[in-house]
Amino acid sequence: MKHVIIGAGPAGVSAAEHLRKLDSTAEIVIIGDEAEPPYSRMAIPYYLVGDIEEAGTWQRKNGKHFKNLGVKLIHDTVVSVSPSSVRLKTGKRINFDRLLIATGSRPVQPPVRGLNHPAVHHCWTLADAREIAKRMQKGSEVVLMGAGFIGCIILQALVERGVDLTVVEMEEHMVPRMMNAEAGAMIKRWCQARGVRIITSAHVIEVAQQTESEKTDVIISTGEALSADLIIVATGVRANLGFLEGSAIAVDQGVVVDRQLQTSIYGIFAAGDVAQGPDFSTNGTAVHAIQTTASQHGRIAALNMAGRKVLYHGSLAMNTLETLGLISTSYGNWQGVPDGDSAVAINADAYRYLSLQFDGDVIIGAIAIGLTDHIGALRGLIESRIKLGLWKDRLVEDPYRLMEAYLARTGPG
Amino acid sequence: MAWNQKVLRVDLSNGSCVNEALNMRWAKKYLGQRGLGSKYLSEEIDPTVDPLSADNKLIFVTGPLTGTCASTSARYSVVTKGPLTGAIACSNSGGQMGAELRMAGWDMVIFEGRSAQPVYLVIRDDKAELHNADGFIWGKTVWETESAIRAKHGDSQMRVAAIGAPGERGVLFSCIVNDQHRAAGRSGVGAVMGSKNLKAVAVRGTGCVEVNDPDQFMQATNAAKAVLAEHPVTGQGLPAYGTQVLMNVINQSGALPTRNARDVQFEGAENISAEAMVEKRATDNKPNLVRNAACFSCTIACGRISQIDRSHFTVKERPEYWKASGGLEYENAWSLGAANGVDDLEAITFINFLCNEHGLDPITLGATLSAAMELYDVGAISDKDCGGIKLKFGDARALVQMAEMTISGEGFGKEIGQGSKRLCEKYGHADLSMTVKGLEFPAYDPRGVQGMGLTYATSNRGACHVRSYTVGSEIMGVPVKTDPHVTEGKAELVMAVQDATGAFDSAGVCIFTSFGWTLEDLAAQVDAACSGEWTVDKLVEVGERIWNLERKFNLAAGLTGKDDTLPKRILKEAARTGPAKGMTCRLDEMLPEYYALRGWTKDGVPTTKTLNRLKL
Amino acid sequence: MQQCLNIDPGKCTGCRQCELGCSFAHEEFFSSSRSRIKVFDLHDQGLFVPYTCTQCADAWCMAACPVDAIQVDADTGAKTVDTGVCVGCKVCTIACPFGTINYVSATGKVAKCDLCGGDPACVKACPTGAISYIDSDTAGFSKMQQWVDKTAAQHNVQT
Repeated sequence: MKHVIIGAGPAGVSAAEHLRKLDSTAEIVIIGDEAEPPYSRMAIPYYLVGDIEEAGTWQRKNGKHFKNLGVKLIHDTVVSVSPSSVRLKTGKRINFDRLLIATGSRPVQPPVRGLNHPAVHHCWTLADAREIAKRMQKGSEVVLMGAGFIGCIILQALVERGVDLTVVEMEEHMVPRMMNAEAGAMIKRWCQARGVRIITSAHVIEVAQQTESEKTDVIISTGEALSADLIIVATGVRANLGFLEGSAIAVDQGVVVDRQLQTSIYGIFAAGDVAQGPDFSTNGTAVHAIQTTASQHGRIAALNMAGRKVLYHGSLAMNTLETLGLISTSYGNWQGVPDGDSAVAINADAYRYLSLQFDGDVIIGAIAIGLTDHIGALRGLIESRIKLGLWKDRLVEDPYRLMEAYLARTGPG
Repeated sequence: MAWNQKVLRVDLSNGSCVNEALNMRWAKKYLGQRGLGSKYLSEEIDPTVDPLSADNKLIFVTGPLTGTCASTSARYSVVTKGPLTGAIACSNSGGQMGAELRMAGWDMVIFEGRSAQPVYLVIRDDKAELHNADGFIWGKTVWETESAIRAKHGDSQMRVAAIGAPGERGVLFSCIVNDQHRAAGRSGVGAVMGSKNLKAVAVRGTGCVEVNDPDQFMQATNAAKAVLAEHPVTGQGLPAYGTQVLMNVINQSGALPTRNARDVQFEGAENISAEAMVEKRATDNKPNLVRNAACFSCTIACGRISQIDRSHFTVKERPEYWKASGGLEYENAWSLGAANGVDDLEAITFINFLCNEHGLDPITLGATLSAAMELYDVGAISDKDCGGIKLKFGDARALVQMAEMTISGEGFGKEIGQGSKRLCEKYGHADLSMTVKGLEFPAYDPRGVQGMGLTYATSNRGACHVRSYTVGSEIMGVPVKTDPHVTEGKAELVMAVQDATGAFDSAGVCIFTSFGWTLEDLAAQVDAACSGEWTVDKLVEVGERIWNLERKFNLAAGLTGKDDTLPKRILKEAARTGPAKGMTCRLDEMLPEYYALRGWTKDGVPTTKTLNRLKL
Repeated sequence: MQQCLNIDPGKCTGCRQCELGCSFAHEEFFSSSRSRIKVFDLHDQGLFVPYTCTQCADAWCMAACPVDAIQVDADTGAKTVDTGVCVGCKVCTIACPFGTINYVSATGKVAKCDLCGGDPACVKACPTGAISYIDSDTAGFSKMQQWVDKTAAQHNVQT
């Protein structure tokens, strides 16, 4: 049996390792298009801050890890996929019995004039990070386009380096895909209190070279021109699908997969950011470009590629973010459902926020700021669909009694 | 090390919270908690101040072992000038609060002045802030206050110490309750807090407590824990039965003050004893006791968690009291039960719940109610005074009603709220108040336990059992058995126990450890935790110094040796039944010897020589 | 034979000696918030629940870690955090459906129960036997499993 995996991100690596556990003799190949050993984008902010060296971002620390596992790493780019083989940029063709598409996502290129200016950098790959690290000098003027998850996790590095930072976010509040308006506003207030200028409900129209300086002007929708030495684009990501054109593999926002994470073509699976898989909260499908989904997808896909029929009950959207020391987390359907109750506690002075959304007496989603202890229990409550009974009312009175509720409803009580 | 060396000074008059260094010179002389708090108080206030004025101060203080793994190191004390007594007051509490204060990085919080508006203090590690309590928790119960603060500040682990509405109104035996059912209970420290317009103190500490020599400390604390585990009182009696293990023992000894100390034995004692608490009720086939519970780091776990019978008249219509909560300690079972001739276990458990919920000292409440019952019995008060309630000894419903009126401050409840001394004086029967220096005495009748007579008479905070618990020796034989009916040797015993207790009360541990621990056990732990040489001799000296410091404060506050006495009934009316039948308390045989041993004049004033010896 | 922690809340008095033992064993100081075992007080029910990692077989935290900072201790089976590798991204803390791996702001890393290398400090510190360290195939273990199963994040997968 020959397994080919496209993509050396967490989904691909997780799948390769599980495949090896399931089948000691199978041939396993990972094709990755970045020069580095498989690394984790989650670790990039810590590289930018200087907490770790590049090697600290590597998914596996032992340089011989993949060799020891008998997993072959190929540095190349897949340009097309057919039902039993893939073609590489170098022209080579690799056959497979089972294929996993785990090509992740790539940054969105917003429709902005002058975005090809040399002062403009994306923040996605390790190579991008190296460039940004070089250019974020103390006192330099930096415009960060986008206050989503990616934009926010690099704030710390920029502020620590002492740049003069302005953030421009198109939506009305920060981290719009993870936080509601109240929580987003709290994060904004926190960042502003730490000297970061945040402009929401505005977008960049043009990047233009200043005439008598090395700097550029970043012209935004309010009409203001922001002077910048460095422009970082973090306006979102999209599934890496381009190479699948003409392959007959069904795609939507991502590669559409079933509960076995198999695509519309038998024997071809998809996992991670690129996959549009079962969504726990909606019972439909969705792209959840997050670490936890990637590693879970990798495991489920591997099981099915190895011939175990395993059905995935869906990924739960979840993320945790640290913006200049303020930690926020969201889970599942944090927007809530019609007729669903909610439990919300806001402590603006202390930058603490907790919102629980209910469907009946089951928690379906949550947003937390400033709460880290036992936070994972929220996942347990949501994914296990634990009926809270009387505890629901107690949580409506004080959502911070979460662990009591969790233990009372699951524990030995 | 061991001390955090940090004091939080909160000036309620101007709203400031200031961090200042702990006076380490005093810490080395007074150790912590009761000793150190008393030192600060006596240095910082004029002993003659009105306890309920802005000039009084209120000090929350921990010991150097508080928050460590030393068994029972949960303790903190509240030190102030007491409103019931006009003497120095120091009330000791367990639960989680003291340890939380330490983990937040503090040794002590000093409240001074008076806030113009009701406020509460929130301490989150090194940050401390006063918040407005008006329209939020002012007027609320202790339990509501805890829930509301936790919800508002978004932290279910926050520890809260609060007063109830009675404390806000100045009920003189209001206490400060933390962790739902642990209290700085006696002397009316809650009334002082209320007089300052301070509703609650909420603490969250995510830091740590460090000790001087970690390895030595682990050795010492492990050895000391083994001592407690092996001792029959701390290893078996207290965990299984709590302090309530005493009810039948003390009753049989003829030392259970009954019906305002008219009697020394209660015919209904068995019904309100530890044994009754574990017996399944006929009504619901469940026992009153749910389980035992420990304060922070306590390996004894004497605490009681009880649940009231849902069909009982007290809670039948009130499901909010069907939950489990802090159950009866011996003192409370006595004060609410035997002292009033009531043997309804569920009724007194209910009043105990109310005391925790509203912040009242159940000893003084029960003892004052029993004085009122006697006033009623002798015709000094009437049905009309009592709002139609027939306040008869033994009537559980009347007892519950009057307790609730005390909480709400309605009608005669207002009189009860002043404590038995003021109540009995008002109705012309001062002798019927079973108090010393204005504080109601607890559950041991000095006619049956002579040493406790001297204990009550000389206690610096008024009648109190935990300043020198000679019951240990006289009844339980710990550490050595003495005859409860003789006075010989009791002066020496009382003084020794008073001094040792001073050391225990200042270290951060619970006095119950002294059933098993000697001062050597304590010294080994303190010495490993704290810088400086901490020997047994030094601890005794610290204890004696504290005792004399408190005495000095009281003398300066206007008390004299004449206040070292007992109610006439205890001195003149002989016990009518039991082993002590025919006896009174022979205080006059003990007190002069005690003064002499203390190095005090015959009027009870420490001599200059004594003060110099103790570096006072 | 691998062993596991067995917790019997019925025996717990809420004294928190386990928390103190844990923080002391790992940090040489006493701190409830730094303990990897935590006692919860369900006061109204008269119940104390010591709570920590059950070292679940398919460790969610380990699978979620983007930098391979969580490893299986070969001797004890404990999932342990290599703080030298952990970057503090907290993904494991939201991934663990039991809430038993936590971020420690003082260190910028996560912390979880590591079974103290096979001699758990909480077990030694517990005065009532509410926490014991037992062979994984005993009845106690299956009881713990049932508890774990109730928070059926395991049901994520149907086979």
